[in-house]
Amino acid sequence: VETQKGAIEIEVFEDGTLDKICVKPGEKVPVGHLLATIRSPAETVVHAWRDHEAAARQIARPKVSSPAPVIQTPQVSVARHEKISPAARKFAAERGVDVSSLAPGADGIVGLREVEAYVSTQSDATLDADDQSQMRKAIASAMSRANSEIPHYYVGSSIDVTSLMSWLMAQNQSRNVEERLLYAAPLVRAVATALKKSARLNGHYRNGVFTPTPDINIGMAIATRKGGLISPAILDAGTLDVDATMQRLNDLVKRARSSGLRSSELSLGTVTITNLGHETADFVMPVIYPPQVAIIGCGQIRERPSVHESAVVPRQLMDVTLAGDHRVSDGRTGAQFLNRLSMLLQKPEEL
Amino acid sequence: MSNQNLEQVVRDALFSVAPDLEGLAIEPDETFREQFEIDSMDYLNFIIGLSKATGLQIPECDYPKLQTLAGSVAYLKDSK
Repeated sequence: VETQKGAIEIEVFEDGTLDKICVKPGEKVPVGHLLATIRSPAETVVHAWRDHEAAARQIARPKVSSPAPVIQTPQVSVARHEKISPAARKFAAERGVDVSSLAPGADGIVGLREVEAYVSTQSDATLDADDQSQMRKAIASAMSRANSEIPHYYVGSSIDVTSLMSWLMAQNQSRNVEERLLYAAPLVRAVATALKKSARLNGHYRNGVFTPTPDINIGMAIATRKGGLISPAILDAGTLDVDATMQRLNDLVKRARSSGLRSSELSLGTVTITNLGHETADFVMPVIYPPQVAIIGCGQIRERPSVHESAVVPRQLMDVTLAGDHRVSDGRTGAQFLNRLSMLLQKPEEL
Repeated sequence: MSNQNLEQVVRDALFSVAPDLEGLAIEPDETFREQFEIDSMDYLNFIIGLSKATGLQIPECDYPKLQTLAGSVAYLKDSK
């Protein structure tokens, strides 16, 4: 299903037989519209639709392409050709395709398949522009809402990660290429552990009420290559060890880039981490993603002069900031979390 | 293996990580990160791809030699 956040897979949590498909591929429907019905083994009709929080518009997406922006596409009138199917004619008109130039299929008729095949050979530039502007709109709306509704407070610490990085290097030296870790894995693991004692940083704020959640579903801010940004969640991050965290991260990034994310990953996040990575900036002051109540920002790791065992020496430091929703928690909560995180990162072998 | 074959191996590993880059020209002496916004996760998967294609267990300390197309080809050639 195509949403403002890109194509996502709708998950079904019921067992049964697909009884009736109510929406055709390519059709645009409003949020909440019934997509299909499933007949359970007990013969009760069950709705397959799960409400998606942030999507403004739901479009069932054909596998090959998606709508080009109307402004750029010239209106092409399609000749009333006997040998073209009504669905193909409609599709061709929408995409500005001159049907008279298309060869018919084996049955002698220009069908939907022939038009789709032609469209897929065209440049993807306009497709990306539309996807991008949709994603940008979703980000703009969430961030505007966050800024106007959430009173943010910020706390930050320069955390010494020298031990973490030495541990990581030693680990990777003894591991095969496929099993190696990025520092993000122990970092996320440490954040999850530290959050277990920070109930007021993990959950949702809706209609004046904060609901903490026992599960820690950490949203990871992931950049898509053409300027997009999306934050799918590692579900149950608190139950995963460092290796499992690494696998989930890798899988999440791959699917974020290929539009294979699941609706639960986009709607069940309880907190978010934005990790800038290498060659970026020293610190970030991130914006909370509603209805979450906190976000953790990690800057690049850099070697800096620091005091260690009473001497000034070069150490690896990372600036970590936490933004909290002041309706739910205060600076002390955030500061205690950062202190706990720092202590955990000094003993990476125990993560 | 010829330079050309080695270059193809590097390209294939790169494109399997970032399929949207396929068909683009690669500057041989510019880093992948600068040219294509390849981040650490992409890079690790690139190294894994190279490792699988060549059977080499590439140690982390060698990563700096594999930041560019030219560097990668030279590294693979030296390792044969």
